[in-house]
Amino acid sequence: MAAPRLFRPASRVLSSRLSTFAKRPAFAPLCAQSALRVRSYATEGGVKEVTVRDALNEALAEELEGNEKTFILGEEVAQYNGAYKVTRGLLDRFGPKRVIDTPITEAGFTGLAVGAALAGLHPICEFMTFNFAMQSIDQIINSAAKTHYMSGGIQPCNITFRGPNGFAAGVAAQHSQDYSAWYGSIPGLKVVSPWSSEDAKGLLKAAIRDPNPVVVLENELMYGQAFPMSEAAQKSDFVLPIGKAKIERAGKDLTIVSLSRCVGQSLTAAAELKQKYGVDAEVINLRSIKPLDVETIIASLKKTGRLMVVESGYPMFGVASEILALSMEYGFDYLTAPAVRVTGAEVPTPYALGLENMSFPQEDTIVTQAAKLLRV
Amino acid sequence: MSSKAILQRSWRATCRSPRMGAPKPTYAPRRWSGSISQRPGSDRVLFPGAVNSKFTTDMSFLKASDLPAIPTYRVIDSDGELVDNSRAPPDVSDEEVLTWYKNMLSVSIMDVVMFEAQRQGRLSFYMVSAGEEGIAVASAAALTPDDVVFAQYREAGVFQQRGYTLKNFMGQLFANCNDTGKGRNMPVHYGQNYPRIHTISSPLATQIPHAAGAAYALKMQDLQNPNRERRIVACYFGEGAASEGDFHAALNIAATRSCPVVFVCRNNGFAISTPTLEQYRGDGIASRGVGYGIDTIRVDGNDVFAVNEAMKEARRLALTDGGRPVLIEAMSYRVSHHSTSDDSFAYRARVEVEDWKRRDNPIIRLRKWLENKGLWNDELEQETRDSMRKAVLKEFSEAEREKKPPLREAFADVYEELTEEAQAQMKELKRILETYPDEYDLRPYKDGVKGLD
Repeated sequence: MAAPRLFRPASRVLSSRLSTFAKRPAFAPLCAQSALRVRSYATEGGVKEVTVRDALNEALAEELEGNEKTFILGEEVAQYNGAYKVTRGLLDRFGPKRVIDTPITEAGFTGLAVGAALAGLHPICEFMTFNFAMQSIDQIINSAAKTHYMSGGIQPCNITFRGPNGFAAGVAAQHSQDYSAWYGSIPGLKVVSPWSSEDAKGLLKAAIRDPNPVVVLENELMYGQAFPMSEAAQKSDFVLPIGKAKIERAGKDLTIVSLSRCVGQSLTAAAELKQKYGVDAEVINLRSIKPLDVETIIASLKKTGRLMVVESGYPMFGVASEILALSMEYGFDYLTAPAVRVTGAEVPTPYALGLENMSFPQEDTIVTQAAKLLRV
Repeated sequence: MSSKAILQRSWRATCRSPRMGAPKPTYAPRRWSGSISQRPGSDRVLFPGAVNSKFTTDMSFLKASDLPAIPTYRVIDSDGELVDNSRAPPDVSDEEVLTWYKNMLSVSIMDVVMFEAQRQGRLSFYMVSAGEEGIAVASAAALTPDDVVFAQYREAGVFQQRGYTLKNFMGQLFANCNDTGKGRNMPVHYGQNYPRIHTISSPLATQIPHAAGAAYALKMQDLQNPNRERRIVACYFGEGAASEGDFHAALNIAATRSCPVVFVCRNNGFAISTPTLEQYRGDGIASRGVGYGIDTIRVDGNDVFAVNEAMKEARRLALTDGGRPVLIEAMSYRVSHHSTSDDSFAYRARVEVEDWKRRDNPIIRLRKWLENKGLWNDELEQETRDSMRKAVLKEFSEAEREKKPPLREAFADVYEELTEEAQAQMKELKRILETYPDEYDLRPYKDGVKGLD
C-alpha cells in the first residue's frame, strides 16, 4: 500500500493497541503539484495523444514482454483482438500460449485463471464486460480474494481481472451495471478504475505487477477517447501507485470526487461552474477504489469545506456513500454544508435513450447540484 | 467436508432429534431406502452411483474419438427431395408449410432491413438469424399456444411463428409505446405474454435453468389440475451457451426432477468468433444429453421437416411418464455476423460464408421442396418478397414515429408495487409539468401529462 492509511474508527481501536497509528501526512504540497495537466493539449516536446484503448494495449504488451509469468485469457481476446480491440496484435506478438481464447464459460476460464495464479503464474483475465463476470463472481470473491488469507499466506494470487464496467450506450439493464462498490467492499481485492490514458496504462501495469488480485474497472465509452500522454508515461517503466488519487483540477470552493468516466464530466462541469458562477471546484480523480485515498479527499475537503461525489453506480451502498461516510468520520468539522452524492438512478438501466440519459449523472446534473450545494 | 454435506448432515440430525419427533414419513422412504449393499458373487456394480454396470477385467479407457458420431436426422436433402422414399411424406398440410416458409422469409427480410438500420445508427443493436430461421420456425410450429418458450436471442422465427407481429417487433426495436418491454430492454429482447415467451435475458445461458424451473412448475400445476391440456417448456440456446455452467446445471436438475422441457440447441458453428473446435471437444452438444440421462436427437437444422418432426416427438416424450427432459441438437451454419457489434470476416473466410449461403440454408431448401411440389414459383417469390419488404418498411417508419410509452412507465415495475419514493417523485413531476406546461414538450409521450396517472 502506498501511503499510510487512515483507519476506520472500529479498526483504529484495535490498531492503536497493536501499533502506533500512522500520523496524517501534510497534505497541501501533494495537492498543488498535479493541477490541471491532463486536459490541456500541451505542446511541450514528447507529449502524445493516445486513446485509452491504446494505452491499455501498451500496458498489456509491456507487461507480457517483461514478465513471462503473465498471460492473458478471455473470450475473443486472441483471434478477434478482443471484443473492444484492447488486445489488438497481442496474439501475433506473443503467440497462443500467452494470449488465449476461451470457450464461453466465465466460471471455467475465471476458475482456470485463479488456479493458475494460485500455482504461481500471473494471469490477466479479461471479461467482455464486468456484467458477465457475475457468472464467475464466486471465483473472484470466494477464491481469488480469500485464498491467500485462508492458506496462511502459502498460496499467492497474483491475478488481474479487467474489462469494461458500468454503462455503455444502449445496452440496458443487464449490461450496464457499475461494480465498483461490489468489488470495493471485499477484503483481499484491490480495485482500480482509470479515467485517462495515463491512468489506464499506469494502473493496469500496477495491477499486473501487484502480487494481489486486482480488479481493473475500465469503461467502454472511454476506450476511443484520446488523452495527452506525457513522455514519462510513454516509457515502459511507467507505473502508478495503487491507492493514490489525483487532483485533476485544483480549486478552493468545492471538492468534487469522482472516478472513471464521471471524472471527465466533473471537469466539464467544473469549467462551467467557473464560467457561470465564478466558483473554483477541485476535481479529484480517485483512480483507486480500494485502497481509497482518504487523505487526499479529506485534505481537499478541509480546504473547500464542501464535498460532492459523482459516480455512475447506484445511489445506495455505493462508492459515493462510502466517501460521504468517511467525510463524516474524518472531516465533519470542516464541512460547511452537508456533503452530496450525484449517482446513477435507483432503477435497472433502461434501454430507451431518453430514459438512459436520465438514469446517469449528466454534466448539467453535476452543475445544478453543485450550484445548489454552493447556494449560488 | 463440503458445506453442503455439513448442511445435509445437520438437517438429518435435526430431523432425527427426539425433540423434533419422527422424521416426516413422506421424505423418509425417498431419502433412505435407496441404499444398495454389495451382494456377494454379483457380476454387476451395485454401488449407489452406477447401477447395472458389469465388472470387467479388461482395463480400457473409453475414448471419445473411438465412438461413432451421433447421426443427424434428415427428411429432405439440400435439393428439397425426400431422402427416404420408402417413408410417408411429412405429415404437414401445404398451407402450413407455406406459412412456415413465409414466416422464415419475413424474419430474413426484417433482418436485412434492421441490420442496415443499425448501421445507419437508427437503433443501437440488432441480431439477425440468417441460416437459423428454419430451426426457430419449424420447432415452434410443433408447440401448442399454451406451451412456454425460453429463447436466447436468435429466435425471431419462434416469435414470428407464435404470432408476434411486425408491429410488435418494431415496437420493441424502437422502444415505443407498442413495446411490451416499455422501452427498457436492448433491441431484440422481445417478450410475449401469450403464447408465452419469456423476455430475452442478455446473460448467456441463464434461461436454461429457468426453463427447467418453469417446466417443473407446469408439471406441478398439471398434477394439481389433471384435466387441463398438458404443457411443456421449450428452451433455446446456442452451442456456445452450452459451455456455461448454467447449461450443465440445468440439464442435470431437469433430468433429476423429471421436468417436461425440450432443450433445443442451435449448433451454428460459432459462438461470436469462437469456432466450435475451440468451444468443445466432444461430439457436439448431443453427446452431453446422453451423459445426463436425457433422451437426445441430432437433426439437420436446415431441414424444417426434420426439425418439426423431432420437436413433435420430443414434445410427446417430454410428457410421458409424468414428464422428462429431451435434448435436440439442430445443426446449422451461422451465415450472419454474430450481431451488429461483430465483423465475422475477421475470423472466417468470406468465401466460406458465401459457400454456405449458396449451398444450403433452410429457406432455399424449403423453397426447392415447395417448387418441386408446384406450390411455389419465381413470380410468387418476387411478389411475396416485395410485399413483405414493403410491410417491414412501413412498420419500421411508423414505429420510428410512434409515441413513446407513457411517462409513468419510467417509474413503474422496479418493484411489483410503486415505492413511496417513486409515487412522490411522480407527483412532483406532475406538479412541475402542470405548473410549467410551456417548458416541457410532452407530445412524444403517449397520453402526455395524463400518462403519469
